Amino acid sequence: MEQLKTIGRELAMSSQGGGWAGQSKEFLDLVKSIGEARSKAEEDRIILREIESLRRRIAEPDVPRRRMKEYIIRLVYAEMLGHDASFGYIHAVKMTHDDSLPLKRTGYLAVTLFLSDDHDLIILIINTIQKDLRSDNYLIVCAALTAACKLINEETIPAVLPQVVDLLAHSKEAVRKKAVMALHRFYQRSPASVSHLVSNFRKRLCDNDPGVMGATLCPLFDLITEDVNSYKDLVISFVSILKQVAERRLPKTYDYHQMPAPFVQIKLLKILALLGSGDKQASGHIYNVLGDMFRKSETSSNIGNAVVYECICCVSSIYPNTKLLDAAVEATSKFLKSDSHNLKYMGIDALGRLIKINPDIAEEHQLAVIDCLEDPDDTLKRKTFELLYKMTKSTNVEVIVDRMIDYMISINDNHYKTEIASRCVELAEQFAPSNQWFIQTMNKVFEHAGDLVNIRVAHNLMRLIAEGFGEDDEGADSQLRSSAVDSYLRILGEPKLPSLFLQVICWVLGEYGTADGKYSAAYIIGKLCDVTEAHLCNDTVKAYAISAIMKICAFEIAAGRKVEMLPECQSFIDELSASHSTDLQQRAYELQALLCLDRQAVENVMPLDASCEDFEVDTNLSFLDGFVEQSIENGASPYIPESERAGMSSVNNFRSPYQQEASGHTLRFEAYELPKPSSIPVISQVSISAPTADLVPVPDMTYYRESDQASKISSVAEASSADIGIRLRLDGVQKKWGKPTYSSSSSSTTAEKATNGVTHVDGGVKSQSRDISHDSRRQQSEVSSEKQKLAASLFGASASKTEKKPASTHRVAKGNTANAERSGVTRAVSPEISKAKVAPSSPPPDLLDLGEPIMPTSTPTMDPFKELEGLIGPTLTPASLDNPATTSGPKAPDLMALYTDMPTGSSSSGVTLASGDAYSADKSSSLAKSVPTTKKGPNPQDSLQKDATARQVGVTPTGNNPNLFRDLLG
Amino acid sequence: MIRAVIVMNTQGKPRLLKFYEFQPPEKQQELIRSVFAVLSERPDKVSNFVEADAIFGPGTRLVYKHLATLYFVFVFDNSENELAMLDLIQVFVETLDRCFKNVCELDIVFNFNKMHAILDEIIFGGLVLETSSEQVLKAAEEISRLEKSSSSISFVPKAVTGRFSR
Repeated sequence: MEQLKTIGRELAMSSQGGGWAGQSKEFLDLVKSIGEARSKAEEDRIILREIESLRRRIAEPDVPRRRMKEYIIRLVYAEMLGHDASFGYIHAVKMTHDDSLPLKRTGYLAVTLFLSDDHDLIILIINTIQKDLRSDNYLIVCAALTAACKLINEETIPAVLPQVVDLLAHSKEAVRKKAVMALHRFYQRSPASVSHLVSNFRKRLCDNDPGVMGATLCPLFDLITEDVNSYKDLVISFVSILKQVAERRLPKTYDYHQMPAPFVQIKLLKILALLGSGDKQASGHIYNVLGDMFRKSETSSNIGNAVVYECICCVSSIYPNTKLLDAAVEATSKFLKSDSHNLKYMGIDALGRLIKINPDIAEEHQLAVIDCLEDPDDTLKRKTFELLYKMTKSTNVEVIVDRMIDYMISINDNHYKTEIASRCVELAEQFAPSNQWFIQTMNKVFEHAGDLVNIRVAHNLMRLIAEGFGEDDEGADSQLRSSAVDSYLRILGEPKLPSLFLQVICWVLGEYGTADGKYSAAYIIGKLCDVTEAHLCNDTVKAYAISAIMKICAFEIAAGRKVEMLPECQSFIDELSASHSTDLQQRAYELQALLCLDRQAVENVMPLDASCEDFEVDTNLSFLDGFVEQSIENGASPYIPESERAGMSSVNNFRSPYQQEASGHTLRFEAYELPKPSSIPVISQVSISAPTADLVPVPDMTYYRESDQASKISSVAEASSADIGIRLRLDGVQKKWGKPTYSSSSSSTTAEKATNGVTHVDGGVKSQSRDISHDSRRQQSEVSSEKQKLAASLFGASASKTEKKPASTHRVAKGNTANAERSGVTRAVSPEISKAKVAPSSPPPDLLDLGEPIMPTSTPTMDPFKELEGLIGPTLTPASLDNPATTSGPKAPDLMALYTDMPTGSSSSGVTLASGDAYSADKSSSLAKSVPTTKKGPNPQDSLQKDATARQVGVTPTGNNPNLFRDLLG
Repeated sequence: MIRAVIVMNTQGKPRLLKFYEFQPPEKQQELIRSVFAVLSERPDKVSNFVEADAIFGPGTRLVYKHLATLYFVFVFDNSENELAMLDLIQVFVETLDRCFKNVCELDIVFNFNKMHAILDEIIFGGLVLETSSEQVLKAAEEISRLEKSSSSISFVPKAVTGRFSR
């Protein structure tokens, strides 16, 4: 306010003194009144009044030109203060047509400030710009170039391009310079439209005028960033230019604060850094001049330091050279020791670049770095955290992440909070010394920045808690889980927890709350009910909570205990049953239904601690075979796959039956096709499926997979239906084996990923590497015991080479466990992967198709088995100890399940299948299949799987798919 | 490249705005508000750099200089050097100072078309064009001389033209 008063006074004085004779009294008054305005509202009022009067006056006929110029300037002023002045745009455009230079310049200024490059009025200016670019007066040309830079877009570039190119040879250097930059601007807008002119930039590099040469460096920098290799030949030219500049060969007029053309030097250094990056030969040319520049560097001025900093960047980017690195390190340490915050900032940044080449460099500057971390300057602090982030290793991760979290808690800036939270998560996932620490760290991150982090992180945390250390160490797992439960029960007491964190808490409490018997089910359920009351939570959290309650109830029933409903729980359920969200309603009803089920059923619906179990989605719905059979016998017509009905072959094999059905019912816009091609396979299918019951499964199984193939086969003329039958049957078997065989023969690694057995081996590897990580942790704890200074923990011993190895392997292992999405190998996602692996292989069978009829019947069925056995056999052995022994039905290896078509089918049937005889396998599988179907009925089994799907794929009960639980309640 | 040049006073009132990529007026005001919020919270005697990716998008930084009642702010991306930008502000301020003799906020308020002319000589389409304040001044002088000769009426303050004619 005080300041404003002074302005007012000064203004009054100066206006009296006539210091502002150029402007009219009105404008002076306007500025004065704005300066004296006490509030934003008052200012707005003044401006609005001004705009009103301008609107009126500007529209008057015969406004004197000089007047008009002032009006336009006042409009610009009003718009700068945030008010709409669009009514005056057209007048600004008109002003560009004026012949007088000052008016034209004002017009151009106004339009460049007012208009975007796709504004409708631009079309009225193009012509003027064209004319002005050809003007004799270079100032007009310059003004037009400035306007062109701002206003010309991709569509209008061709209109002015010829003129701009002509100007590259203009006699005035100022014009040449601006023409080069305008061309550069065009290149930025639309590289394609000026690509044929790129050579001009090279030419202008040799311009007589150093200013023009300097201007050329900007577009060249862009071009070289895009494509380094085609400019390697210029390295020598750039180096010689830099040399000449640094040796003060340029006229004195280019000096700035006694530095010769520093901006040109900086641009050149940036370009050389790009060209020399990873190129030993090119870097060789650069070493010399860089050495000279370091020697002659002048660090007393700001700009001198800017050049030195750019030299350091260049050194860190090009092929390393020890001498230059030493010089760069020395310069960096000068920066860090400086009192100026600016230089410290540059020093930290430079250090961040140099440690990429040699991590040891950081060690000698540890104290300086710690100082920067404590500095009140926020920018410096952030830069330092960036540096720490870059130098994090498994040895110092705990200190660094703790620091980061402390800082994260202290700031309010959501944007940066998000960034630093995601960095914490990333570091913790990469380098976590133990799962315990990981979970604690994640808890802290969630607690303080919960709603800012990616939901993926929450899922990773849940997965980690569920999977634990690995299967060899059950005790540690349960310890981990109970400690997680303990910490969550404690945290629940705190007010205002982010919803994402609440989701994690609910899930963990539901899964493991009662697992160790420490807490009673009623206690946990009570807590869960409190959660929904104490925190104003959204539907997702409520869904998590009710699912957790359901799980606990199920575990209780399964354990033979009786569940008594707490009143608050009952009211929670009642509330949800009446919820607007159908998902919540459904969950509530499911819970109530579950409570009425007997122990056996509950055990199947909600198996204890089964969140890590594998599951298969039986896309063939083979458990319905018996039902289908019966229906067909009763006279129902068989199901014909959609692809055959439509005669199309582009049906996704893995679409769910619901979708398939639905798409079948949609309106069809193309004409019906001739029935001829599709009729043959249909008949053949029927001919097989109807008479012989024991052969039914073959075509049935193949229905989905075969659908597209069958239609292709159909185009091949076949003599007799019996032939087709046999061939088809073989086809079915072959196909099922054929797909993985195909992929495995092409690359064994993909097949390995697809098979579950191997992923188990992966788990084995993982646990091994975890052991290593424990070792490194022990080492670390030894180190940390002598950690008296933060510095020591950050830098000390961190660079020793011996520890690097375990760190890196650990990193990989961690990537596997904690980052399923990234690695894509973990068990939890393996079903999806196997799907993904199989799905793309549906087109390739063309190849097999051609081969099959020629092959002898036995070989195609045998070969893939052999191959697969070969694949699985050796790799399975280490894992086999824990795999088939501990796993029940659903955990049977994926591959087997795919071919036996029954997830619960015991592994024995899988073995018989693997033994080679396809027919007997089919029989046995159909036999085995009938067992579960009669025992449990199709519904519980299906829903079991689906529940497993929901738990594993989603983990989130977001309620996107209400179908999931449909079968559960029958 | 340089994304924007902002001159505002210590109350957060804009005195000069130049965005090298078009921003609608409402967006401009929003950007100014957030820049001011950041700058006004920074204590004295800290660095002149601020990471601005929350305001102007990823990778952007801003350099500011606090002179008397004004903030001079340059916003730029990765292809520029912070210290060099700080010196560019220096060039700009020096030029203004030479042009207006002890430049103050008022000069800027009343001559902001001239400010734009000077800025256009220093930064062209977001790139550094000229860094010698003498050269910039020479160009500005020439413009005003030609403007004067091309039309009889002068719009430049007498104080300035007086200096130029010397």
